[in-house]
Amino acid sequence: MGRYIPAAPAEQRQLLEAVGVASFDELFAVIPKELRIGGLCIEPGKSELEVSALLRGMADKNRVFPVIFRGAGAYHHFIPPIVRSVAGKEEFVTSYTPYQAEISQGLLQLIFEYQTMICELTGMDLSNASVYDGASAAAEAVTMCRERGRSKALIAASSHPMVIRTMRTYCESADTELVVVPEREGRTDAEALAALLDGGVACLYVQQLNFHGLIEDADALFAQVHAADARAILGVNPIAAGLLKSAGACGADIAVGEGQPLGMPLAFGGPYLGFMACTKALMRRIPGRVVGETLDAEGRRAFVLTLQAREQHIRREKASSNICSNQAHCALTAGAYLTAMGPDGLRQAASLCYAKAHYLAQRLCEIEGVALAHPGDFFHEFVTTLPCPPEALLDRLAQQGVLGGLPVQQGILWCCTELNTREQIDELVNTVREVCGA
Amino acid sequence: MRDQKLQKLIFEKSREGRGCSLLPACDVPAALPDQALLRQAPPRLPQVAEIDISRHYTEMQKRTHGVNDGFYPLGSCTMKYNPKLGEEMAALPGFAGVHPLQPAGTAQGCLELLCRAEQVLAEITGMDAMTFQPAAGAHGEYLGLLLIKAYHQARGDRARNKIIVPDAAHGTNPATATMNGMQTVNIPSNEQGCVDLDKLRAAVGPDTAGLMLTNPNTLGLFDENIAEITRIVHEAGGLNYYDGANLNAIMGIARPGDMGFDVIHLNLHKSFATPHGGGGPGSGAVGCKALLAPFLPLDRPVQQGEAYGFEDPVQSIGRIKAFYGNFLVVVKALSYVLTLGAEGIREAACNAVLNANYLKNQINDLYEVAFDGICMHEFVLSLAELKKRTGVSAKDVAKALLDYDIHPPTMYFPLIVEEALMFEPTETEPREMLDYAAQVLREIHAQAFSDPAPLLNAPLTTPVARPDEVLAARSPRLTFEF
Repeated sequence: MGRYIPAAPAEQRQLLEAVGVASFDELFAVIPKELRIGGLCIEPGKSELEVSALLRGMADKNRVFPVIFRGAGAYHHFIPPIVRSVAGKEEFVTSYTPYQAEISQGLLQLIFEYQTMICELTGMDLSNASVYDGASAAAEAVTMCRERGRSKALIAASSHPMVIRTMRTYCESADTELVVVPEREGRTDAEALAALLDGGVACLYVQQLNFHGLIEDADALFAQVHAADARAILGVNPIAAGLLKSAGACGADIAVGEGQPLGMPLAFGGPYLGFMACTKALMRRIPGRVVGETLDAEGRRAFVLTLQAREQHIRREKASSNICSNQAHCALTAGAYLTAMGPDGLRQAASLCYAKAHYLAQRLCEIEGVALAHPGDFFHEFVTTLPCPPEALLDRLAQQGVLGGLPVQQGILWCCTELNTREQIDELVNTVREVCGA
Repeated sequence: MRDQKLQKLIFEKSREGRGCSLLPACDVPAALPDQALLRQAPPRLPQVAEIDISRHYTEMQKRTHGVNDGFYPLGSCTMKYNPKLGEEMAALPGFAGVHPLQPAGTAQGCLELLCRAEQVLAEITGMDAMTFQPAAGAHGEYLGLLLIKAYHQARGDRARNKIIVPDAAHGTNPATATMNGMQTVNIPSNEQGCVDLDKLRAAVGPDTAGLMLTNPNTLGLFDENIAEITRIVHEAGGLNYYDGANLNAIMGIARPGDMGFDVIHLNLHKSFATPHGGGGPGSGAVGCKALLAPFLPLDRPVQQGEAYGFEDPVQSIGRIKAFYGNFLVVVKALSYVLTLGAEGIREAACNAVLNANYLKNQINDLYEVAFDGICMHEFVLSLAELKKRTGVSAKDVAKALLDYDIHPPTMYFPLIVEEALMFEPTETEPREMLDYAAQVLREIHAQAFSDPAPLLNAPLTTPVARPDEVLAARSPRLTFEF
C-alpha cells in the first residue's frame, strides 16, 4: 500500500492514546453503524514505481502527433523552457488562493502583472485573475451585461460551437434568452444583426478570430450594438492580439478568451485559462478574484485580493457568480509566457502564424478542387473545400505522423502556427495532392 | 524579514531592446494583414532577458508560502501534501501533448484514464456515474444543480425552484442556487451545529428542488441524522446534493451515496491531493446516481467493448465549458488514488481525523472550541471570549501565526461562530508539526494577556505588514500604471 502519511503505525497508536480513544473506529462512532462500510471495492494500493508504470502505459496508448495542423480552440505553440521552469516552482504549484497577503506577495504580484498584460493585449481597463476557460469566460461575460428589461443575449453563429453550447447552458439557467446571429460568407451578418437588435438585447458576443479562422469586422458590429445601447463582448485569440487591433480599440466593453495558447500544452483539453477584462464602467460586475495594489501599514507597496464585496463568500445568494477557485496557475504561466515573449516575440509569433497559414492556403489552393470556403482575410486558420472524403486524407496524414485539419461542414479547418515549418507545409500539400488530386 | 527596498514589478525591470531569442526567421513569404486591421502600438509587455525572468520569479517564489514551506491548516481547504508522482505523470508527453479534438482512436489512453478515474471515484463516493467536466468545486455545484433542475423538469415537475441550505454552508451553495435561477431557503443549525430536523421538515414542500449539504459540516461535525435528513427531502420530492469539500474526513469509512445523496461534487484538489496552484486549476468532478446520469454533460467518456469513446447522454444539460475538464488534474488524482488503494484511502481519512482531534486536544484548555467533542477532519475555535478579555481578535491570532511560518486557519467562517478560526491539519502532518503549532498557539494566547499590543500589529517578520484592504477597495489600482 502506498501512503503519504508520515506517522508510522506505532506513532498512530500513540496519537490515538493521546486523544483518548482505543481505535480509529471509536473516532468515527458518531457515524451510524449501518452507514459505515467494511472496505472499498477498489484495488489495493501500489508503490509509486508500479503506479508510474501503469500510467505510462496509458500515456503510451495515446498518439502524440509530432506535426499538427489542427486548432479549433486548442493551439499548438512553442512554449519557451523558461516558462515551465519558473511556473513549476513548488511554492506556486502548492499554495492556496492568496487570502493571506503578507505571505503571498510573490503570487499576488505575479497575478497583478498578469492582469496588466491582459489589459495591454485587450486594450481594456482591468482584468480579473482568470476564470475556467474561454467558453465559461464568454458565458460569465453575458451575465455581467444583464440589465432590468434587457434579458436577451446575442451570439455570433461564427463562434466556436462549444462556446455557443456553454453559453446556452448558462443563459438557460439564468432565464436569459440566447439568440444566434446568423453568418454570411463565414462572417457575422450585419444586416441580420440590425434586425435582431431591439431594446431587450443586453449584449452581443463575437469571436475574433471566428471559428472559421476569419477576421470579423468587430468595429462595425460593435458600433451597431452600441447604437442599440447594448454591450459588446469580444472573444479574443491572445496570440493574434499581438498583431491585430485590440478589443478596446474595436469598441468592446468586455474582452474574454481562451488563454491556452499562452504557454499551456494541449493536454487533452485542460487545464486551460479563461481570461476576462472589461472597461472601468463594469468594474464592480466582473466575476472572480481580482488583485489590487495598496499600501501596507508601514507605507510599502503591497498587493491584495480586492473588490471582494462582489464575491460569493460575502454576498452568498446575492452574488452573480459562484466562482472561487479559478485557473490561477495557468494565469501565472500565461504571465511568464508573455514576459518571455515580450512585445517583439509575441508579434513575431503572430506574424509567423499568419504568414505560414497564408502560405499553406495558397499552396493548397493550387490543387484542383481545393478552394477557400470563405472570402476575406483570415489569421492562422481557414477552411478549404476538399475534392475527396476527409477520412482518407486524414488517415494518410496520420500514417506520416501528421494531425491534419478538423473536418467541418464545408471541408477542412486547417491551422498553422510558428511550429509548422515550410518543409512540413510542402509535404502536407504533396500528400493532399496525392490523395485528393485528380 | 521586512522588505528594505521597493520590490519591483517586471514592468519596472523592463529595458528597451532586451528580450529572449525564441523563434526562427520566417521561412515562407512574409505576409501581414491589411494595415487597417493592425494594432496601432505594440502591447507594453516587459522587455527582459532570460536571466531577468529567472531572478524575478525566484524573488516571487521566496515571497510565496506553499505547502512545502510549512504547516497549512486552512479549514475546509484540505491543504495536504501534493505527491510529486502526480506532477511527473501529468507532464508525460503522452498526456500533455494530446490534442482534445484528435480522433478518439488516437486518444485511447486519455479516455481509459478518465473511465478508470470515474470508476474508482464513483466507488469511493457510492455514486453510479461521474463527469470531470467541471473545472472547480463551484463549477461542480453549478452542474449539480443543473442536473437536479433538469431531472424535475423532465418529469414535468416545474414548480420546484427552492434549494434548502443550512446556515453553516459554504457561500458557494446559495450563490449556485441563484445562478440556476433558484431561490435559497436558509435553515438555522441546531445547538450541535447540525441540521435542525423540525426546521427542515417545515421548510420542505412541493416547491423543494433539493437540499445542499456538507457532511461533515463546516464545524467539523458529522451529522448523525443524515439518513433521516435525506429521507425528509426525498419524501418531499426533492433531491440531495452533497458538497464534497469535506470528503477527506470520511472517504473509505462511509459513502455519500449510502447516506441518501443523489449528486455530489468532489474537489480533486482537496481530498485527492492535487495541488491548488495558488487558487487553481482544480477539478470539481461531479458524481450522481443513475437517475441523474441521462442529464450529464456532452462528450462523456465511455468504454465501448474493448475500446473507449465519447457518448452524449440522451437528455444532456449540454456543456459548462469547452472539452472535457481539467484533464491533467484528473491524471494527478488518479495517480494518488491508485497509490493509496482501498486501504490507503481509508488510512488517509483516519489520520486526518486523528490529527484534527490531537491538535484540538492540545489547545482546548485555552481556546474555546465551538461544539467540543470528537471532531472529524477539522474543528472551529471561537475567539469571542479572548477578544472580549484582551482585545486580540481571531484575525490577530491568525496574523501572529505568520511570524511562526504557519499558514493561518480559515478565518471568520463558518458565519455562525463568532470570531471563528477553522483548523484542518490534514493527515500528512507529522506529530512534531502539530506539537509545534499547539505550542505556538499557547504562546500567542499567553501573550494576548501579557503583552497584546504587538499581536495587533502582527505579522512583524513578513516582507510586508498588514495591507490596507479598505484603500485597495476604495481606490482600486488593478493594473500597473506605465
